[in-house]
Formats: sequence, structure tokens, C-alpha cells
Amino acid sequence: MSPLTSSVLTATIQAPKIEYSQVAPMLIVLGAAVLGVLVEAFAARRLRYGLQLGIALVGLLAALVSVALLAGAHHIVAMGAVAVDGPTLFMQGSILVFAVLGVLTMAERSLDPGGTAFAAQAASVPGSTAERDAVGAGIMQTEVFPLTMFAVSGMLLFPASTDLLTMFVALEVLSLPLYLLAGMARRRRLLSQEAALKYFLLGAFSSTFFLYGVALLYGYSGSISLTGIADAVSGATGGDALLLIGTALVSVGLLFKLGAAPFHSWTPDVYQGAPTPLTGFMAAATKVAAFGALLRVLYVALGGVRWDWRPMMWAVAILTMVVGAVVAITQTDVKRMLAYSSIAHAGFLLTGVIATSRAGLSSVMFYLLAYGFSTIGAFAVVTLVRNSGGEATHLSQWAGLGRRSPLVAGIFTLFLLAFAGIPLTSGFTSKFAVFSAAMAGGAAPLVVIGVLVSAVAAFFYVRVIVLMFFSEPVGDGTSVVLPSALTTIAITVGAAMTVVLGVLPGWFLHLADQAAVFVR
Amino acid sequence: MRRVNVYAPILVLGLLSTGFAVVSVVAGSLTGPKRYNRARLDAYECGIEPTPQPVGGGRFPVKYYLTAMLFIIFDIEIIFLYPWAVAFDSLGLFGLVEMVLFIVTVFVAYAYVWRRGGLDWD
Repeated sequence: MSPLTSSVLTATIQAPKIEYSQVAPMLIVLGAAVLGVLVEAFAARRLRYGLQLGIALVGLLAALVSVALLAGAHHIVAMGAVAVDGPTLFMQGSILVFAVLGVLTMAERSLDPGGTAFAAQAASVPGSTAERDAVGAGIMQTEVFPLTMFAVSGMLLFPASTDLLTMFVALEVLSLPLYLLAGMARRRRLLSQEAALKYFLLGAFSSTFFLYGVALLYGYSGSISLTGIADAVSGATGGDALLLIGTALVSVGLLFKLGAAPFHSWTPDVYQGAPTPLTGFMAAATKVAAFGALLRVLYVALGGVRWDWRPMMWAVAILTMVVGAVVAITQTDVKRMLAYSSIAHAGFLLTGVIATSRAGLSSVMFYLLAYGFSTIGAFAVVTLVRNSGGEATHLSQWAGLGRRSPLVAGIFTLFLLAFAGIPLTSGFTSKFAVFSAAMAGGAAPLVVIGVLVSAVAAFFYVRVIVLMFFSEPVGDGTSVVLPSALTTIAITVGAAMTVVLGVLPGWFLHLADQAAVFVR
Repeated sequence: MRRVNVYAPILVLGLLSTGFAVVSVVAGSLTGPKRYNRARLDAYECGIEPTPQPVGGGRFPVKYYLTAMLFIIFDIEIIFLYPWAVAFDSLGLFGLVEMVLFIVTVFVAYAYVWRRGGLDWD
């Protein structure tokens, strides 16, 4: 045996080390998820709902506290895999708050006569005797809570990853539970299962794009860490095909997750088919995680080639805004309309990403926070408007809602005005922040397009408001069901924050600005 | 020259395994008895009869999928345990803690499958 061979075989391995306290938010949420699985295995069926809800809420709040305790941290931990810095902590905080509100709406049991919005037994074939038995027995699929917690832990890691493989693992950890949860609606189960299958297939497809891009970037730079790629980029003369194709493929994977055109086709189907409380949570929290990852990749690793990726992002941003706003006009289903609205908002957010500046980063983070509160609130309101078949999501069924329940229609109007970006709501402050960052970053034409698209988008939001308040109610048994405290809290917090971020945004804007520095 | 030597054992192993496969197939066909009967056409030891195919291709019970998935999970667990056992000394306490966490996570999933009847065939 040659000396080199023997030295390979007997090489000592340096034991890695992980700063557990610095990654505590993720560990707490993961621990709560594992505990939830144990509850599913050993607790009696009648105890599970209470235990799961308690574990989920305590875990999320403990993680939120540990994020707050880490405030001000600015370093890379876990052998260069995880960044604990301002953007990470701001986005983790946002995700955790949205997760608390999301879990509250998911746990709601007083809207549907059968129980929660999730299927009694997701494995039973729709329309079969097994399904009737499960519904008759009054059981529920409490696995929803641990699955949500697993998804949240992936979302917490996604914007914090500083190497592309960790980012890929986080992407899968956040995606897989969501694919599953999307197919678990109690009503209209076939639609829900179709949505889950579409989401899974397209999601798997986009993951391969991401992974291939990671391989090409590794081929270019010899490193999977974002700082390593940044070093290789700054040392090169530029224009390398591997770098450009790798950048494009990684961006495709990330743009898919945040629902930007032309990678948006899953969004309306999944948002419509998935259980509504899950849709709200997904729309708010997944967007934060995906934008966090996109910002970190583009700003930290690929900041040196921004003149190459910015034209591409310009095209994607314009297409996303236009497709979202224009196609939303033709929608007749509330959930589909909100889905296209979320696509349009992804476009507005991308204008902030294109700014490639500290203001761009802080404005996108603020926008995500503001948009998330309104979105969770809006989807929670959708769960209240029901008839005998479940949620009444067709727009014609919402006609005259303002006369039947002025309060609910009024709150929904507030959310729609926020989406439209009307002053004194959070939508105006956040759009203003994003557009002024893009303006300062030299993207004035993009801002002009953004403002024009906002005007188009305002049309279909106002159309719904007119429908609710100035149309005669149709007599098809649609009514507003009174929720329990759980959904009430979620809607109240969503509405309150929509107003607070619109009227007194100063503290939050300052916080986002303080946080907007990536560790390198 | 030195650099080539590192890959020499892999090359030798490849040659050995190719040689073994070729020799056993050739030797079997030369020396083995040739008797043809029905039993030769059956699936070896276990499995589903490949013919005749039911109309529409037939459906497999989802139980197979569950068993295969459980097998893969424990298979992967072993793949991670093996290098840890080899490098146990240099990884020290950190390696032990991480491996215990890993095994606990796998066994929590196992406990869930067991308690919820995933291991019952019927």
C-alpha cells in the first residue's frame, strides 16, 4: 500500500461543532414537531387535539422568544451552514408570528359542523363508506399540527442558509409537509387532492432545477457556500457560462416557490384547492421564506454579477405584476382571485429585490410582514362565509354580504384596500417603501409599470367591495358563521396590524432598516 | 504516479467483481444440469406472479409501498451509522450527541408507524 493510500484511510476527522443556542428557534420548532408525532403515537384520540394545539402554540411562542433573545446577532454558525443575522431574525420572527396565526385558524372547529377544515381521515377515498364512517365517528386528522411545525422549521432555515445544500434541504423540509397538507381539505376533497398532486409534481420539478443550478454554481466556483461563490465571482472577469446558467436555474427554483410568473401556474390551483386556513398560512409564511432565500442568494453570493441577473429579474418582475393583476380581473372565485393577487404582490416585491441595496432589502422585509398579516386575515374571513356545502367561495355568493354582516364585510374591505395599496393601510406604506427603494436603485421604468399595474389591481379589489356593499344578496343560503376565539384572534390581529403598519409604521420600518445587513 | 495509486484499489475491486460475475455465469451454464419444468418459471422465493397480467395492469396494495419506505428509512440510517462507527474516536462527544438525536428522530417515526398500525399486514 502506498503511503498516500494509507494516509487517506487513517486521516483524522476534525469533529464539527454546532452552536445550539444560535439555532435554537429552529431546534425548538423541530422538537415541538417531534413531540407532536409522539402524541399522535401514544396519546388517546380524544386528548390529541388539545395536546397538539398546546404543543404547537407553546413551541412557536418559545421559538419567537428565542428569536427576540438573539436580536443583534451577526455571525455565521454551524460550520458555515447557517447565518444568524438581521434579515434571518426579522424573517424568522415574521414566519413565527404568521405560524401562530395560521395554527389558530387551522385549529378552528366551530365553523364546519364536522370539525376542522381538514379531512376526518385524509387516507379514505372521497365518497367511500370509509370516509362516511370517519366523519360519523367525529375523528379528525390531528397530524396537521406536527406537519405544520415541520414546515415551519424548514421555513425558518430557508432564509438563514448560507450554503446551497443546506438551502436545498430546508426547501424540501418546508415543501413536503405543505404538499401533504394541501390535499387534506374536508370539503371538495377531489379538488384538494388534485391541487396537492399538482403542487407536488411541479414542486419536485422546480427542486431539480434548483439542484442542477447548485451543481453548476459549484462547478463554477468550487464551493457551495454563498461567500465562496461570491469570492469566485469577484475574482473572475465575468461572463462565465456555468455561472450564468447556474444563477438562472437556482433562481427558477426559488421564483417557483414564491409564485412569480412564468413559474406561477401552480398558485391559483393550490390556493383554491388547499384547506383555506392552510392557504392563508402558506401565502404569508412561504413567501417570507422564499424571498428570504432569494435575497440571500442574489445579494450575498451573486451581488458581483448583478448586472447580469438584473435584466432577467426585470423581465420576471414585469411579467409577474402584469399576469397577476390582469388575470385576477377575470376570476370568479374568491380564493383564486386572492391567489392571482398574491402573484401580483410577488411582482411588487421583486421590484424591491431588483434595487440591490440596503433599502431594497429592508423594504422587501417590511412588505412581507405587512402583506402576511393582511393575507392571513383575508383567508380567515373567507372561511367564515359559508353555505350548506362548506365555504361559499364564488364571488356571486358574496353579493350583498355587507348587509348581512357589515362587520365581516368591513374587515374584508380593509384587507382588500390594503392589497390595493390605499393610504392609511399597510399596503400603501409597504408599496411606497418598495417603489422608492427601486427608484433609488435605478429601476424607475419598473416603478412606473408597478404603479400602473397597482391601478389595474385596484379595479378588481374595488369590484369585490362594490359587490359586497351595493348588490342585492342572492338567496342561496350563504351566511356568515360566527367563529370561536381562535379565528377571531387571527382576524383581529391581522386587521389591527394592517392598520398599525399603515398609520404608525415608523417603529417597524426602523426595525427592518436596522436588520437589513447580511452577514458575509 | 502517486495520485493514480489512490484509485488502484477501486480498479482492482472492479476487475475482481466483473471477473466473478463473468466466471460464475459462464461456469453455471457450462456445468449446471439443464432440466426444464414449471417451477423454473415461478418468481424466485417471493413476489407477485408476473403473468398473466390482469386487465388494466392491475393494482398493488399500498402496503407494499409502506413496507418499502420503512425499509429505506432504516437502510439510510445504517448508511449514516456506519461511517460514524468508523470515525467514532475522532468525532467524540459531538458525534455521539448528534447520532443519538438522529436515531431518536428515526425511532419516533417508527413508534408512530407501529402504534398507528402501519406494521399490521391485514
